[in-house]
Amino acid sequence: MEVISPFILGFTVFVLAIFVGYYVVWKVTPALHSPLMSITNAISSVIIVGAVLAAGSAQDTLTQIFGFGAVVMASINIFGGFVVTRRMLEMFNKKK
Amino acid sequence: MNANFSAVSYLISSVCFILALQGLSSAKTSQRGLSFGIAGMTLAIGTTLASPIVISYGWILSGIIVGGTIGTLIAQKIQMTALPQLVAAFHSLVGLAAVCVAAAALLEPAAFNIGQVGSIAAGSLVEMGLGVAIGAITFTGSVVAFAKLQGLVSGNPLIFKGQHPLNAVLGIVLILMIALFAMNECHGLFWALTLVSLLLGFLLILPIGGADMPVVISMLNSYSGWAAAGIGFTLGNSLLIITGALVGASGAILSYIMCKGMNRSIVNIILGGFGVEVTAAVQGSKEQRAYKTGSAEDASFIMKNAKSVVIVPGYGMAVAQAQHALREMADILRGEDVQVRYAIHPVAGRMPGHMNVLLAEANVPYEDVLELEEINRDFGQTDVAFVIGANDVTNPAAKTDSTSPIFGMPVLDVEKAKTVLFVKRSMAPGYAGVDNELFYRDNTLMLFGDAKKMCEEIIKALQE
Repeated sequence: MEVISPFILGFTVFVLAIFVGYYVVWKVTPALHSPLMSITNAISSVIIVGAVLAAGSAQDTLTQIFGFGAVVMASINIFGGFVVTRRMLEMFNKKK
Repeated sequence: MNANFSAVSYLISSVCFILALQGLSSAKTSQRGLSFGIAGMTLAIGTTLASPIVISYGWILSGIIVGGTIGTLIAQKIQMTALPQLVAAFHSLVGLAAVCVAAAALLEPAAFNIGQVGSIAAGSLVEMGLGVAIGAITFTGSVVAFAKLQGLVSGNPLIFKGQHPLNAVLGIVLILMIALFAMNECHGLFWALTLVSLLLGFLLILPIGGADMPVVISMLNSYSGWAAAGIGFTLGNSLLIITGALVGASGAILSYIMCKGMNRSIVNIILGGFGVEVTAAVQGSKEQRAYKTGSAEDASFIMKNAKSVVIVPGYGMAVAQAQHALREMADILRGEDVQVRYAIHPVAGRMPGHMNVLLAEANVPYEDVLELEEINRDFGQTDVAFVIGANDVTNPAAKTDSTSPIFGMPVLDVEKAKTVLFVKRSMAPGYAGVDNELFYRDNTLMLFGDAKKMCEEIIKALQE
């Protein structure tokens, strides 16, 4: 049998993940839609993985600068997103 | 670190992210969900740092320290009423980061193990082109959304002639450019398509009005996910693909829920504001109709003698920062044995769940805050509906008048309450530009003034 192309493998994962996302997100209670948004914002910055590769393994300065910029922006998002989510969730879980 | 080993840890962090979203199914499990999210992110970054391809750490660590400090400071300081613009700003950063990563991958593919300059596989180039296009659209789109939410530019829809054909042409040009780029890996073309995408993002969000912002923010949330997935395809990284798909799906569902809350299609919203002919029609029938106004003392008397009050907050409450005063008012009423509950319309505020966060911030108990379907049938047995800073979401015309632009939109049945109190700054119509029939009913009392001041005055009157 031929080797399956990496794109098709990636695409398989992609489609399955959309289904997982679909079912998980419908279960989220409407009251927590704002935290949902800020947490998805933080985790979509997992793009930092690509940024780290660019900043840490490139030879060319321009590439490193792009990498550095992306690391900074993704980090703002990751830290900012998680911190603001925590602040919100604490409000929802305050002792009365 | 061995490639298989990295792949397994990426898989574990993907699972953590899924558990993070699942945790949000209830307030109780939500904090555990957040911990999963943080654990997943830490593992993902740690795994990448440990991979043998990374040789220098200076740029990376300083970037994380700088970005982390900025992000933490902003997130700690931000007021909850400004949450929508914060989220919009964050989305723009995801978009720009995606553009940077794609550019880096183009300039030095070897650093990502995807070939050499000039010989990147066509498939990777398509993915790179798509990733950078979605990233760039997310970036400028979010910047416009941020500017509108922050009040830097008018929240009114900005529509000019030929806008939609122009967008359509730009969209087609963009697709052609991606196809060409995949065939010849021309760097100039890459930058050109980035520019076109930046322009397109800007033009796409410009015509969308302020009250449609919940949809826009959800949509950009979704885009930021697809951008991450696009980069994941380029780099052949399943963690990015999975996370991008999760975020993309989440944003898409939120957009769908918001559209349903307004009974409008996504296409209709993207094409911009409510129709121009509608505003003309409203102006045409501009006769003065009689309505009753009341004072804070009247409101306090009515509510004190009621058995049950349902509070309907809207964007006006957020603008006036009235949530704390409102809660205080509710507490006093509760002390007088009045049952007080809150009714939240899905599109109240400027982002999904915005009102819930503001009420939670003001210490309103979670159980007292009800969604539209949960509370709607109770309005019939409610003595007072206290509408504060909301308008269109209470308009009965949505149920009865098939010519109304908001016909079919789910609304809160406040007119069934014995008395309706409307806190509003003026008689001006809401976002949809339609008059609210409710203002002129016999059982409606208009309380003109700033939402916060009005609550404070009612508190004073209640305490006397």
